[in-house]
Amino acid sequence: MTDIQYLSPRTLDEAISAFAAAGSAARIMAGGTDLLVQMRSGAVRPGLIVDIKKIAEMTTIEETAEGGFRVGAAVPGAVLAEHPRFGKVWPGVLEAVNLIGSTQVQGRASAGGNLCNGSPAGDSVPAMIAAGAIVTLQGPNGRREMPVENVPAGPGRTNLLPGEILVSFTLPPRPKGSSDAYLRMIPRTEMDIAVVGVGVSLTLKDGVCTTARVGLGAVAPTVLLVEAAAKALIGSKLDDAALNAAASACSAACRPIDDKRGTIAYRTKVAGVLLKRTAAIAAQRAAGGN
Amino acid sequence: MSKLHVSTTINGEPAEFLCEPYDTMLDALRGPLGLTGSKEGCASGDCGACSIMLDDRLVCSCLMLSAEAEGHDIRTIEGMAKGEHLHPLQQKFLEMAALQCGICTSGMLVASDALLQKNPRPSEEEVRFWLAGNLCRCTGYDKIVRAVLETAADMREQGIREFRQ
Repeated sequence: MTDIQYLSPRTLDEAISAFAAAGSAARIMAGGTDLLVQMRSGAVRPGLIVDIKKIAEMTTIEETAEGGFRVGAAVPGAVLAEHPRFGKVWPGVLEAVNLIGSTQVQGRASAGGNLCNGSPAGDSVPAMIAAGAIVTLQGPNGRREMPVENVPAGPGRTNLLPGEILVSFTLPPRPKGSSDAYLRMIPRTEMDIAVVGVGVSLTLKDGVCTTARVGLGAVAPTVLLVEAAAKALIGSKLDDAALNAAASACSAACRPIDDKRGTIAYRTKVAGVLLKRTAAIAAQRAAGGN
Repeated sequence: MSKLHVSTTINGEPAEFLCEPYDTMLDALRGPLGLTGSKEGCASGDCGACSIMLDDRLVCSCLMLSAEAEGHDIRTIEGMAKGEHLHPLQQKFLEMAALQCGICTSGMLVASDALLQKNPRPSEEEVRFWLAGNLCRCTGYDKIVRAVLETAADMREQGIREFRQ
């Protein structure tokens, strides 16, 4: 590893010009919990590391004027957990972010890094998709926004353009009776990579589900938005028939791999089981039962 | 390429060192800074043997570039005792034999100290979850968890909120 350059700019404009000028040899570093492991193993040999943690916009959590949240891409999980209101409004997103790694990793790892790392099993991604988060990207040609589900392009790949940096996630305001949840299946009790991960966000009115979004992870080359599962939930009282239909939609969306943590058949079945459990937790929270 | 010059604070004292842009904080601690209490176990953030405090937040020093230390506050295992006077956690680990080979011990102590500063009354479950990123292949964890719980009880009884240099 020679001729690496490390920069820690204070503004996004500086970061983008350095990042864009360095081309494909450059890497953005937020918490570094994936990047440094990849450098150590020799999988990545960056010519330039752009540390974005001195850029205020990327490390702050704001409540938007409309009543939503804007979370900087480099906000560590531990900082998000300490926010007085975020976890009350988005308990599912918070629990998903906080499942990434150990206490030590939580001190550094961010949802932005988790998304840009491009792992199909990234824990925060299904929950962000369920939440309907919009990401703000900035590159040499200016700013643009994108639904979070459009960011992953395949294992380790994203749809960010060359020179573009993920700046923040914007989560929408929550109508009354809304909540969310995230569950993942792992062979161990803690600290493992998801075999299946499901995020559900929904709104209940008089016991009827009026809106729903479902994110499904670790069962396809990218994390998926499963619209058919959401459609099965909307308009129902989350009765068995609706939950079974949504579970089947999740299983049908799976295009998983066989590996040492789970077979194709196992992942496909568990996707449906987890959908039901996750929807039940989200519904209980939405009804005010925490 | 020339080395980077980093000015930082380590265990309350100003410190300066030279490093390569790709050096980790653990490389800097164990190399130019001569602070070898933090151990390299896995070098991939899994084992916690290199745990340090960065601006009062527990992190793995193997997952941090040393250049990032510029202007920040670093605390390591070397700053835990007050001279010859051991931190209550260190004393309790000795009394209860909460270590065998010792490789994980400095990380365990730094992580346990971070927990007790945040939560002076942790449950056993909270201790086990907090220390899930600190691997020990000798003790089976039981003595470590018990030592942390007993230290927490002692510190509450003695009214010790914080023990620092």
